[in-house]
Amino acid sequence: MGIDRRKFLTIAGLTTLTTLGKTVLGSSPAGHDPIETGSQAVKRLAMAIDMQKCRQNEGCVECTKICHKIHNVPDIGNSKEEIKWIWKENFEAAFPNQHHDLLEDEIKNNQVVVLCNHCDDPPCVKVCPTQSTWKRESDGIVMMDMHRCIGCRYCVAGCPYGSRNFNFRDPRPFIKETNPEYPTRTKGVVEKCNFCAERLADGLLPACVDICPEKALIFGNINDPKSEIRQILKSRHSIRRKPILGTNPQIYYLV
Amino acid sequence: MLEKAITGDKRYWGWIAFVLMLIGTGAIAYLRQLDQGLTVTGLSRDVSWGFYIAQFTFLVGVAASAVMVVLPYYLHNFKAFSKLTILGEFLAVPSVIMCMLFIVVDMGQPFRVQNVMLYPSLNSPMFWDMMSLSGYLFLNVVIGYMVLSSEKKGIAPPKWIKPFIIISIPWAISIHTVTAFLYSGLAARPFWMTAVLAPRFLASAFAAGPALLILIIFLMRKLTRFDAGKEAIQKLAVIATYAMCINVFLVLMEVFTTFYSGMPEHMHHFEFLYVGLHGNNTLVPWMWLSSALAVVALVLLLTPKFRKKEVILGFACIAVFVSIWIDKGLGMIVAGFTPSQMGEVVDYWPTLNEFMVSIMVWGIGLLIMSLLYKIIFTVRGETKPALEAKEDKKELTVPSN
Repeated sequence: MGIDRRKFLTIAGLTTLTTLGKTVLGSSPAGHDPIETGSQAVKRLAMAIDMQKCRQNEGCVECTKICHKIHNVPDIGNSKEEIKWIWKENFEAAFPNQHHDLLEDEIKNNQVVVLCNHCDDPPCVKVCPTQSTWKRESDGIVMMDMHRCIGCRYCVAGCPYGSRNFNFRDPRPFIKETNPEYPTRTKGVVEKCNFCAERLADGLLPACVDICPEKALIFGNINDPKSEIRQILKSRHSIRRKPILGTNPQIYYLV
Repeated sequence: MLEKAITGDKRYWGWIAFVLMLIGTGAIAYLRQLDQGLTVTGLSRDVSWGFYIAQFTFLVGVAASAVMVVLPYYLHNFKAFSKLTILGEFLAVPSVIMCMLFIVVDMGQPFRVQNVMLYPSLNSPMFWDMMSLSGYLFLNVVIGYMVLSSEKKGIAPPKWIKPFIIISIPWAISIHTVTAFLYSGLAARPFWMTAVLAPRFLASAFAAGPALLILIIFLMRKLTRFDAGKEAIQKLAVIATYAMCINVFLVLMEVFTTFYSGMPEHMHHFEFLYVGLHGNNTLVPWMWLSSALAVVALVLLLTPKFRKKEVILGFACIAVFVSIWIDKGLGMIVAGFTPSQMGEVVDYWPTLNEFMVSIMVWGIGLLIMSLLYKIIFTVRGETKPALEAKEDKKELTVPSN
């Protein structure tokens, strides 16, 4: 049963080589078209936000409330140090390149739900000097390790969407009701939306998707042609925030 | 040789005590920041880097500028700089240390700084910046020490040091290039995302650095027996002049590209700096002061008659240094974040606490520089007793009728 020294070295060597090769070549095989291969495709989670439905319910902030509650997001009460995982912005702020003065009022005055775009090519991941933030290979979620983060805020500078938050002070006194199921953070680290990775692991949908009274948030595997999100993106016109920057954002807005 | 740093007269120790006091006062402010977090700074979720990172950027330039005395001496055998190379290298050492400290004080979790080494991330310019800065520090410490200790023994420096010196030349260019890459690689920040940023950083560094060195030479001439010589000072002045011209030229290139193309996302940042945006004029007077000083400096430096007069040269050097400090140490970083990703203009100005922490870092730099320069001048037998210095001062203050 025992492995001799030679075998051990071979295995160790091969493992190192494979890991190195993987790092250098990237994780997905070249020329591989995930959409064509259907079920074999790598999962890629994405969200579509139906702006028509969302604007029906002006002033609704249910998604923000539930998200911030279950993730122990503090309410600092100071716009300079605010922590936000999902929130509403003016249309112009969210889509500076799509805005013009003669735009129909209902779009122009839209309050747009914004969150981390879980980019396919995330600049925050690229710049992080400690690999505290990374794109999860299994489903494309941009994850965050708050225990490794050194708080250099390079990711905050690199994110074109203002989606990354820094804890300027100890957040714990500002959490109204701590959810024991999810960790709280310490001062000096960055945090952001994680697409409810902890709920997905339990087979649940992200909390914002679940709670939305208008059912305006559609979540799913964008690499599965039969998924609801793929169907709706096929039939409706959608836009994304600052696609010109090449980040390939995975939040789609249905106009 | 190092023990020379701890032998000195009253004046020397008085100065060291003063610097230690500065560091101590700043350290209290830093302890407060450690305790409460970066909330004690003026930073916000929108302007997430500020005074600390700006000082870091500026000081990388000062560190890199040592190459402006090293290169002419070692590559072109320009003898007049023979006494200056160590001054340049021992200016680079405290500058790099200050750079590193400014990064550390900017961190939310400074006690995790080792994570940069534990999880090396080759795709992050910050990793490369750390590598190039530590390499540059090592080079300058080794070179400075070896050359000075040989000088003390009255022998030529060992042959093996030469490759280190040659490598230190492109290495100096690299530290400021990688520092520019920190910013210019970000698609999210149009103000920084310009290929001319690294050249601009280098040009401004090679103007501000030699200008500072000239001022240091003037000061050392008062405090010690050290004299760099007219030729060296004038050559440094010419270097600063060329670099300042290139720097201003590159800034004007930015202005043309931005405003002729008329892309709003690029223009807004410049508008914030020079005319104010959404009613926020925080940096406007500063930026115009910087521009005015640049013009004054250029007029004084470009006119040989003025440049050759040391008093006027001194003023020109102060103008160059302050102009570039405002540009890099105040405007450059904040403007990259203003307006924010959401198009908002969020106020930023360093708080008193932030300023005190910066004084701590500057103080540490001054302390290291004082110790290193003390070693240089003691080894060279160029120190001057306090009494003599006092007499000099008296002479200076005598009003000329």
